[in-house]
Amino acid sequence: MNFPILSSLILLPSIGALFLFFTKSDKKNNFTGKYVALFTSAVNFFLSIYLWILFDPTTSEFQFVEERIWIKDIINYKVGIDGISILFILLTTFITPLCIISVNNSIKERLSEFLIAVLIMESFMIGVFCSLDLVIFYLFFEAGLIPMFLIIGIWGGARRVYSAFKFFLYTLLGSVLMLVAIITIYWLNGTTDVVELYNSGIDIRYQNILWFAFFSSFAVKTPMWPVHTWLPDAHVEAPTAGSVLLAAILLKMAGYGFIRFSLGLFPVASEIFTPLIYTLSVIAIIFTSFIALMQEDMKKLIAYSSVAHMGYVTLGIFTIQQQGIEGSIIQMISHGIVSAALFLCVGVVYDRMHSRLINTYGGIVTIIPKYSILFMLFTLAALGLPGTSGFVGEFLILMGAFKDNFLVAVIASLGVIIGAAYMLWLYKRVVFGKLINTDLKQMFDLNRSELFILSCLAFPTLFFGFYPDPLINTIEVSISDLIDQYNFELVSKT
Amino acid sequence: MEISIIALPLIASIISGFFGKLIGDRNSEIITSLLVSISAIFSALVFYEVVVNQYQENIIIAKWISSGSLEVNWSMKIDSLSAVMLVVVTSVSALVHIYSIGYMSHDQHKPRFMAYLSLFTFAMLMLVTADNFIQLFFGWEGVGLCSYFLIGFWFKKESANKAAIKAFVVNRVGDFGFALGIFLIFYLFGTVNYSEVFEKISNITDKNLIFLGITFNAVDLICLLLFIGAMGKSAQILLHTWLPDAMEGPTPVSALIHAATMVTAGVFLVVRCSPIYEYSDLALNIITVIGMSTAFFAATVALVQNDIKKIIAYSTCSQLGYMFFATGVGAYNVAMFHLFTHAFFKALLFLGSGSVIHAFKDEQNINNMGGVWKKIPYTYSLMIIGTLALTGFPFLSGFYSKDAIIEFAYLKGNTTGYYAAGIGIFTAFLTSIYSWRLIFKTFHGDYNNKAIKIDETHESPIVMLIPLVLLSIGAIFAGFLFKELFIGYEGLNNFWRESIFFLKPLSIDHPPLWFLLLTPTLVILSIPLAYYLFVKNRSLPEQLANINQPLYQFLLNKWYFDELYDVLFVKPSKKLGLFLWKFFDLKIIDGFGPDGISSMIKKISIKANKFQSGYIYQYAFVMLLGFSALLTFLIVK
Repeated sequence: MNFPILSSLILLPSIGALFLFFTKSDKKNNFTGKYVALFTSAVNFFLSIYLWILFDPTTSEFQFVEERIWIKDIINYKVGIDGISILFILLTTFITPLCIISVNNSIKERLSEFLIAVLIMESFMIGVFCSLDLVIFYLFFEAGLIPMFLIIGIWGGARRVYSAFKFFLYTLLGSVLMLVAIITIYWLNGTTDVVELYNSGIDIRYQNILWFAFFSSFAVKTPMWPVHTWLPDAHVEAPTAGSVLLAAILLKMAGYGFIRFSLGLFPVASEIFTPLIYTLSVIAIIFTSFIALMQEDMKKLIAYSSVAHMGYVTLGIFTIQQQGIEGSIIQMISHGIVSAALFLCVGVVYDRMHSRLINTYGGIVTIIPKYSILFMLFTLAALGLPGTSGFVGEFLILMGAFKDNFLVAVIASLGVIIGAAYMLWLYKRVVFGKLINTDLKQMFDLNRSELFILSCLAFPTLFFGFYPDPLINTIEVSISDLIDQYNFELVSKT
Repeated sequence: MEISIIALPLIASIISGFFGKLIGDRNSEIITSLLVSISAIFSALVFYEVVVNQYQENIIIAKWISSGSLEVNWSMKIDSLSAVMLVVVTSVSALVHIYSIGYMSHDQHKPRFMAYLSLFTFAMLMLVTADNFIQLFFGWEGVGLCSYFLIGFWFKKESANKAAIKAFVVNRVGDFGFALGIFLIFYLFGTVNYSEVFEKISNITDKNLIFLGITFNAVDLICLLLFIGAMGKSAQILLHTWLPDAMEGPTPVSALIHAATMVTAGVFLVVRCSPIYEYSDLALNIITVIGMSTAFFAATVALVQNDIKKIIAYSTCSQLGYMFFATGVGAYNVAMFHLFTHAFFKALLFLGSGSVIHAFKDEQNINNMGGVWKKIPYTYSLMIIGTLALTGFPFLSGFYSKDAIIEFAYLKGNTTGYYAAGIGIFTAFLTSIYSWRLIFKTFHGDYNNKAIKIDETHESPIVMLIPLVLLSIGAIFAGFLFKELFIGYEGLNNFWRESIFFLKPLSIDHPPLWFLLLTPTLVILSIPLAYYLFVKNRSLPEQLANINQPLYQFLLNKWYFDELYDVLFVKPSKKLGLFLWKFFDLKIIDGFGPDGISSMIKKISIKANKFQSGYIYQYAFVMLLGFSALLTFLIVK
């Protein structure tokens, strides 16, 4: 492969953004601007599908590797993918065009700037998922927050500044520690190349502290309990498209980081800190599920449920079981699709009624039936009904967890009960019941673009629920090799 | 053909659900009813093959989940057990589909209703034909979902919505246990396929597991966890609270889901896992106790309820208790037999009560009925048949299956067995009393409805009566015809074959004659007794209630389970949610975290601001202080 397909994936959205930057934004150009953005991201999506077709799932070696010298002997631009990263790239390229289609309903001003932010973010996110050098990874990882920070700060709601700063403050703390850790790794091993680090391993004496530095960054972005409080605020203030990107893609960076770096680079420390992760994950699942039960704002409810769902993810990753880690990746992909859809569903009614409060609604099923059907589907996927992608991930995670630790699996399984309660109660209060608020009668059902977006999200939700094999097949070998490597390191180092 | 049994209801559901508006109400009713009927005919053919040619097959349809050592397929396992379930599910479902055409004729959402019914049939068939625990779980939650949709079908009713959520969440509590059971099975065996698990089970009977410092036998634990799931789905005591509330759904739904099929899934699960349960005496004893407690509890509550559907719902609960204690004493085939006969007469009773409700224009309180037996003679006689079959009147289907359960409990020969038999007989008597109370209050005595005149009550249309007639044929003859096959001593070897496993062969003795005659005698005697209480001397029950007011209230309020759970679970959950959110997240985490830090920085910077006053003498003073501090430090050092 001579064609630099990964770099193309990274650069293409940025080129689109650059193009948008130089077109003047008046009303008419906004229109073309949207098509430019849509076109670029759609091309990127098809390119990534092509990548998936070319991808060889029978090996855990990194594929499509590109390496260029950036600063000689210190930093190389190195990208490549294996089974773990490719699904996240697909998720990114799949969600972004849908997000761009959705903006004409929610973003009223400075559209082309918004689209630039979205496209740049896509570039950075793809960069995160295929970096094979710690410094490059760090740059993409942190840079990805800037567009999000702007999206919340500029296009957000009334308390946008507070939320944006809260978001910033939390992430800053973790980032600084991770940077220090990366520099330390460079001092210790003389390289930041991930493949070389995998081979040479990291000195066991430093693993704990380095693991913790990476953890503090990932934990904030996952977000894990108790550093999750920025997420509900960020979601509430972000515009719909921002929430979608945040929930669907941004939160997955940390989960990916845990698998790629925490498990890959620091197996000994990971083993030591597993009880910590278990505890925080279980608390996240139970506490935030109870909190979600009492929310009055639809977006906040879904945000809290995201924290619970990501609790399953972190739990699954650290089981170091085939089922657990595979479940976690599927759960992340599924949550990416389903939470995106749920935030879009909130966006649909918000655009019509300008309220996110649950008690504004009720009895709308006959007024907007198409919406109600799709919203129901995503509600069911969120509560992990068999036949939806949510089930496959959750069930595999719990299965893996049960192999490793009974108690943790039992408590985490309790979350499934509360999950059903808060999602169904939300749905009931919004969609069913008597129509009391007569303003709701003026609502119109999904328009063509909304129907298109939600159908696009509904398809993989159901498809992977009934036939998750394409996903599992892609990640299987990479994960089993990762686990073997992990256990080998553990035995040889201790 | 086998796969089309499952596929046809799914296709019916998709057509009616997505294209219902396009093809019109009538067409979607016809298409769904037709496809499900074809499925029923195919099921009957398969059943015939199984009985006559001992046909069995395990069809793999497609791969589902394969992760590491976990291999799960979409499959269709056909053996005697699933063949029985196929017949029950598809035949009752087809009849309910046809009945619904008449019953729902005034509803605005017919295609949606039919789509749910067909979807339910599909999920139930997936459940019974699974060859592994995860597909079973798929069907398990799938039927729960359809039940949720159908209970909440009249979405404008607040009570219906609440009941729907309650049904789903209470079932999830059961599913929580069930899922843990599956995890444990996978942990111990590395597989979730029935055949592999059942093969390996005898190897691990001595294995112990330690959880929270308590040692459990692995097999006991599997059995109990799976049974928690069964308790949820089959509305056994403690997890039964959703079933009476589920009566908020349209009556055909109650007949299909909450009487004949879905609620029996728990019994099916235990029977299907007989190779596991046979190795756990502890679990079997617990099942017996839970089963008989449910049978008794539900019967006592049914005695005093006034809603016609709730009485039948508690009756269902009680009959499910019988099925469970049959499995508990190891008589799995008898439990299946009762499941089979119960499907017919209970569906008949529900659909009959639907016909009554229809006649009274949506009245459900039996105190507001009475004296109409001449006005609706067909419904009346069909309800009588259902009641006779339910109470176990000699030679109707309930007689064969229910009495067999009591006999086998007696023959078990241990304390729980005798105890269960005693409770079984007493409950059969209570069953008879509350069933006849329903009949007499509904059809006899004076006409008590103020809302509509007696002349306005009317017999149901033919489309509703035909399914009732067919079911009544089942209610009369199913017991007599299938007795040998299901519970005859020949049948044990020839019909069930490997689908049911007996560690020790069932006793082939007969109980003494007086014992055999006891139940039928009580059942027959209770008819004149009920007639006296509820027609002749109507003031007597009221007096009894007034004398024993606390007991009456206790029964009327269903042993206060709902109130108890509200105090124990519902309210604390909400309070906990609020506490964790308002106090923990907002006050503690945010207070000490981001908000705390930013306000601290603000305070510090205000202090620092004040420091830069611009007055030279202040600066000079600070310099002097610093200088002397430094000097002191150097000297002391």
